[in-house]
This record gives sequence, structure tokens and C-alpha cells, in this order.
Amino acid sequence: MGSFRAITLGVSTGGIAVLRALLGALPADFPLPVLAVQHLSPLSGGDLAQLLDETCAIRVKEADDGELPQGGTVYLAPANYHLLLEADGRLALSMDPPVNLSRPSVDVLFESAADALGEALIGVVLSGVGSDGSRGLRYLKERGGTAVVQDPADAIAPGMPLSALQLVTPDYQLPLAQMPQLFINLSDT
Amino acid sequence: MCPTLNQQQVAELGSLLSDLARVYGYDFREYAEASLRRRLLLWLAGSGFGSFEAARLPLLRDPALFEGVLRGVTVNVSEMFRDPQVFKLLREQVVPHLATYPAVKIWHAGCASGEEAYSMAILLDEEGLKGRYRIYATDINQQVLKTAQDGIFPLSGMRLYTQNYQKSGGRSAFSDYYTAGYDHALLSASLKEGIVFAQHNLAVDGCFGEMQLVFCRNVLIYFKQSLRRRALELFDASLSPGGFLCLGTKETLDGSELGSRYQEVGSHSRIYRKRYG
Repeated sequence: MGSFRAITLGVSTGGIAVLRALLGALPADFPLPVLAVQHLSPLSGGDLAQLLDETCAIRVKEADDGELPQGGTVYLAPANYHLLLEADGRLALSMDPPVNLSRPSVDVLFESAADALGEALIGVVLSGVGSDGSRGLRYLKERGGTAVVQDPADAIAPGMPLSALQLVTPDYQLPLAQMPQLFINLSDT
Repeated sequence: MCPTLNQQQVAELGSLLSDLARVYGYDFREYAEASLRRRLLLWLAGSGFGSFEAARLPLLRDPALFEGVLRGVTVNVSEMFRDPQVFKLLREQVVPHLATYPAVKIWHAGCASGEEAYSMAILLDEEGLKGRYRIYATDINQQVLKTAQDGIFPLSGMRLYTQNYQKSGGRSAFSDYYTAGYDHALLSASLKEGIVFAQHNLAVDGCFGEMQLVFCRNVLIYFKQSLRRRALELFDASLSPGGFLCLGTKETLDGSELGSRYQEVGSHSRIYRKRYG
């Protein structure tokens, strides 16, 4: 086990295709837990987790409150809940008001996870409209975490990556296709 | 507003919380930290105080000011018939069991402004239990209970509630249950007959009767493990054998000591039935 303890990521527009490409390329024994926020309509159900679980080697599930995240597993924020990581290492959910018009919000996930894990955290901003994730990524970086931003030229919607790049000089800026290998390398260091 | 805290603010917040617990008896140190911090920072931003330290003495002296914190930290917004599939399952698989009792007692813990307690009353009335049930709807916050008691909700919510109601298997027209006026909906007085609203704090208060159904959704998510355990033990002590515990759709008994004594009604329903013996 390397020095990282978790990967957090945020995606909105094109999320399903992005997550399929990214998570589909991770091996079943990927050592880190992945906590993911995808902006959803409040009315969409938990089918996304099931779809991804069926098409990816790595396990994908909707996060339950109070779960202890395990390696080799992706935890998706449920529709209409914020996903947070608590200092005791457990996942937490909240129904507090939307942040950046979003619930779940990427900033909420990044900020709580940065408080819990500090430099042992990797944060990833992917394709999306708007600016959710930018402030969280900046905070994560201030706490010693590693920031990854999808190359805006490579993103279906470049808004979220561009916004993040205005606030943060990331440790890695790269196209989606190169991310799985980066994560595998980082999880090994 | 900065949603995150530096070391000094963390220390200030810690001493504020322990002082509040001493003075008012509400111990927020038992609440899940990450979302508690966000809620308190939101309160602070709207309070006019520059820091938790600046707010500390005024809060300790002024109960009305503290009420605002209590509301900010503990109040959860809800909907009528939120998660319609849950109410459908209650209607189809739980209420038939409840109907076998001559009198049914239900504890709705953390009812906030009462939307779900009224939803439950509508459901029970439609399933023929009218006059045979009592819903004890409790919340930590007295002010929000007042709103619940009034049964007046913004009219703007009714469209969503009507959709929810229909999806939950409602047998009537939802508009039969309220009167509209001045941009608000006043719920039928008859729905209140079976509901008792009362203050109860899951952190310190005890059981108050034997229940056939305990309904507590999206409340435990705000608690730390220790307080969550206490609340679940209270529910367990309150439930008669064969009784039901209905949690939020993302709350589970997996990993809880109580898990083995309960059986889930349908997979991932988060409605649990207490085993006999």
C-alpha cells in the first residue's frame, strides 16, 4: 500500500461516458477506494452504479451512510445527497442545501476528504459545466493533497476543468485516456 | 464565506460546542463533524459575528440566539411522500401487519416540519386505520414542531407532493387533503387527529411506549457512531416483536449490533422487521 489513501473525483456533463472510460480501465484489485460525485438530476435513480458495476472490473456501488471505504471499490454519491468523508474514515451523507447549485457537490466531497486525509488524498476534476470542484480542489491542494485536472481540450464540457485551472496549478493535467495509468502509478507510490 | 476551517477556528469551535452543551444541554459534539462544520459556518456567515469566539458569549447569554443555531444545525427539510417507493412499500407490506392490531402506535423520530408525519396519516387513513392509530411525531427543536403542528406548507411544493403521492400508490386526489389560499396549503384538520407532536432529544431522552413502527429517515446520517448507536438502541427498545423500523434509503443496519435481530423487508428497502424472540 502506497502513501495515498483515497481518490476523490467530480464530473458532471458526459459523466456516464467519462466514468465508464475511467473506471472501466482500473483493475479489480486497484488498491484505493474511489469516491465519486456525478451531478445528477434529483429524479434519477441508483441505476448508474449498477450499470457501471456490470461493465467495470472494479466494484461500483452507491455510497451508504457510515460505510468504511474499501480498496477496489468506487462509491458514487447518491442522487440528492452530499457525500462526505469523516475524520474517522467513514463515509457520510447529508441532505444540506445544494452547493454550487449541486447536490451532491464536488466541493463538499473534496473539502471534507481533504480535512480527513490531508496529503494522502488525490482529487480529480473531470468534464463538466460550471465551477463545482474548483474551490474544493484548491483547498485539497492547500492541505497537501495531489490535484489532477482533465485537459480541457479533451473534456466533453471544459467548464469545470477550466474553472479549476484558474484557481489551482494541478500536479497533473492530462487527457482522460491517460488517467487510469496515472492512478495505478500513484496508488503504487 | 469560507466553508473550511483553520486550526484556530477548529479550537474555537471546540470550546463553543462544549460550552453550549454545558449551558443548554445540546451536545453537538455527538454530531457527524464534516456536515456539522458546514452547517455552523453557514449559521456564522448569516449571524453577523466575525468568528465562533466572537459569537460564544452572546450565544451563552441569549437563548433566542441559540435557537437559531439549534435550527441551523438540526432542522432537515423534507417533502410529503418523499421517496414514493418507500411509502408504496409501507402501504403494501407494512400496513397490512399494522392493521392486525386493535390500536397502532407509531414513533416518527426527527419529524422536522411534519411533512412525512402527515403523509403517514394520509396513508393510514386510506388503508382503513382511521381512528385506530397514533403517530408520535418528535423532534429536538420546539420551533419546528410549531410549524409541523400548524400544518401549513408553501403551495409551491404541492405539485411535487402530488406526484410523489400518486407514485406512492395514493388512492384519492391529493388535493382532497388540503385547502389552498394565500400561496399556502392548509392540510385537513382531520389529519391532525391521529398525530401528537412532542419534543424529544435522541441524545438524552428515553423511550415512551411500545411501538409497532418506528420511522426515522435521514436523521441518523447527521450523528456520529456513538449517538447513532444510542438512537438505534432506543428504537429497538421501543419496538414490539414483529414491529418495523423504517430508515432513510441510504441508512442501513449493516454493521450494527442490531442487524441480526432484524430482517429487511425487500432488498435495499431499508425497512426492517424485528424478529420474534
